[in-house]
Amino acid sequence: MSQQKFLASQSIGSFLETLLREHRVLVPLCEGDSVVFRPFRKGGGLELTRMPTTSPKEATFPRVETLMSFTQKVSAPQEEDGGKERPEIELTEHLPQDSTVVFGSRPCGAKGKTIFSRVYDTEAVKDPYFIARRDNTLFISIACSAPETTCFCTSVGGGPADSTGSDILLIPVTDGFMAEAVTEAGAKLMESAFFDAGTQKAEEAQAVVERAETKLGQAQDFSNAREKLLKLFDNESFWEEMSAKCISCGTCTYLCPTCYCFNITDETAGNTGKRVRTWDNCMDYLFTLEASTHNPRSSKAKRLKNRVGHKFSYYPSLHEEHIACCGCGRCIKSCPAAVDIRQIVKSAQEYEDVNI
Amino acid sequence: MKGLEELKDKIHEILPDLDLVIGWEQGYDGLHATPLFIKTPEDVDRLIIGPLCVHNLATYLPGLKDKKVGVIVKGCDSRAVIELLQEKLINKDNVVILGLTCDGVINLTKLGRKIGSLGAVDDVKVEGEKLNVVIGDQQHNIAFSEVKQDKCENCIYPNALVFDHFIGEPVDRVENVGAEHQSLSDFEGKSFDQRFAFWKHEMSRCIRCHACRNACPMCVCRDHCVAMTRNPHWLSQENNVAENWMFQMIHVMHLTGRCVECGECERACPMDIPLMLLRRQMNRGVREVFDYEAGIDAQNRPPLLTFKVEEDNISEREW
Ligand code: SF4
Ligand code: SF4
Ligand code: SF4
Ligand code: SF4
Repeated sequence: MSQQKFLASQSIGSFLETLLREHRVLVPLCEGDSVVFRPFRKGGGLELTRMPTTSPKEATFPRVETLMSFTQKVSAPQEEDGGKERPEIELTEHLPQDSTVVFGSRPCGAKGKTIFSRVYDTEAVKDPYFIARRDNTLFISIACSAPETTCFCTSVGGGPADSTGSDILLIPVTDGFMAEAVTEAGAKLMESAFFDAGTQKAEEAQAVVERAETKLGQAQDFSNAREKLLKLFDNESFWEEMSAKCISCGTCTYLCPTCYCFNITDETAGNTGKRVRTWDNCMDYLFTLEASTHNPRSSKAKRLKNRVGHKFSYYPSLHEEHIACCGCGRCIKSCPAAVDIRQIVKSAQEYEDVNI
Repeated sequence: MKGLEELKDKIHEILPDLDLVIGWEQGYDGLHATPLFIKTPEDVDRLIIGPLCVHNLATYLPGLKDKKVGVIVKGCDSRAVIELLQEKLINKDNVVILGLTCDGVINLTKLGRKIGSLGAVDDVKVEGEKLNVVIGDQQHNIAFSEVKQDKCENCIYPNALVFDHFIGEPVDRVENVGAEHQSLSDFEGKSFDQRFAFWKHEMSRCIRCHACRNACPMCVCRDHCVAMTRNPHWLSQENNVAENWMFQMIHVMHLTGRCVECGECERACPMDIPLMLLRRQMNRGVREVFDYEAGIDAQNRPPLLTFKVEEDNISEREW
């Protein structure tokens, strides 16, 4: 463990202001009754106690991203074309340039991007937009001291003080935070004078983490979920039962820090337009609707099966048993029908097929 | 809501003739109920009723049209059933309605405003007019009336308006007749610029998850919603204020004279956007122009589903 330094609560505002000189800084803020990640403004507030409603996924994978813009023009009459005009397309690529610091995400939120890094940054495939953002984004996360009824990070390989995906981990103590550098970039930020090496509250920090771990209780063992879910792939009645109350909206997917599907469309207006990449949602009918009008996932049962199966079975099979869920519980907490993904996986694990 | 045992007995009695009965059970923590799909007599044991039972279960009916379904409804929920019947979106022969009488349901957003984070709630008990919320070693005692849903504040239909079996004794709410929700006049007291700025701000938070649409019992197009078409291209894929606002306008317009003010759109919204302001505004317009309130009388015709050569309150000749 690297050396811990103390960041006083009252210096956070000033520290973030110094970051603004070089970075876009995203912080959780209260907006209406929700908590959302928004650009930090000098003198602006922060919401560090409530779990953010949205995830910090937007920092590395925005909801809407313009990949390129285009304008159609008409050339001057061309002699070689017999005096005819020729259409010309002017293209501008928009590779992300910003450097961003996310302050105040939870450990699970920061971990989210590591799940889709395995997909968007491989030997065979490199997503330049995502990679540019990921490599230019730092996460300063705050360990959880009060886990919620929907939290289950310890069941999916995380924990209230897990530093995976973070650059600095802050552990709440009296009057501030004990900060721990996780990456070199994080250590560099911690050279700032706001981080004080003199104040040591390591024991208190340790106790905070232990209390949170105790509060989370026994982790759920998902190790056989992979094969159990696969076995239930063709069991329609099981999935119909699991999805009966689901209303097939986009809440779970769009709030999830680890869902990474997208859509690409050309949005045009007259002679100009842009190619945008937007979040897509596997709980939506259109997600798999084919041009022939055939839809392999025509019912919500099939769609929910995919969402759960992908996270707890298909993804782990492809990526060294890593579960594609960080246990943040947003999909449970914000679901209009209180669908509980933990319960669905558990039901699959406990399912006894009477016909076998 | 009273009469859980009576309700359970009734379900045991009718279940053999039905494919399922939709009710509520306790959800993942003390604060959340969740819809329950009862198929066996054992499932009946899990049934609960009470202030946590927020979901309007009529929403599930159009999707179960080919099944014989029993549905448990509060007063407000029953209006959605009536509207669905009026529009022939469900077949009465296939639905058995179990009507309740209701004293209001909880609004978790309001409760959150009172006690901060609701994330770690261990237990909630309703003791008469008091709500006792337990979080670790803290206890919060809150007047239920302060955290009821808006619709419950001036509810005049606490008893199911349509039912095959009524459970409990009907209650009276005559004191509320004619009361419009306060939020509407408060909002209208603001200037145009203020109102516009308000909605721009609210819409900037919308994630276009369509929970408002899918939770709405009257939004029956669902998978084939006009907002999803690429041709005509009503909405782009972009998630910005203009597109989000356009989606809300589509929702409100398509609910004209059909919205039963059940509040499910607003409750379902994960971003806590006060969508009911728009619905209440539209419903006031419908009342003024058509003297009509949706979901009250199954024999009545929704005003936009019929045609009159001359509307009573629209003097077209003077145009
Ligand atoms: S599980 Fe919940 S949030 Fe997800 S699609 Fe179904 S109803 Fe919506
Ligand atoms: S699936 Fe649910 S619990 Fe898991 S990361 Fe996504 S939102 Fe969080
Ligand atoms: S439920 Fe809320 S966030 Fe979702 S589309 Fe409707 S208004 Fe937007
Ligand atoms: S628009 Fe909202 S209040 Fe009106 S019927 Fe639909 S869900 Fe209920």
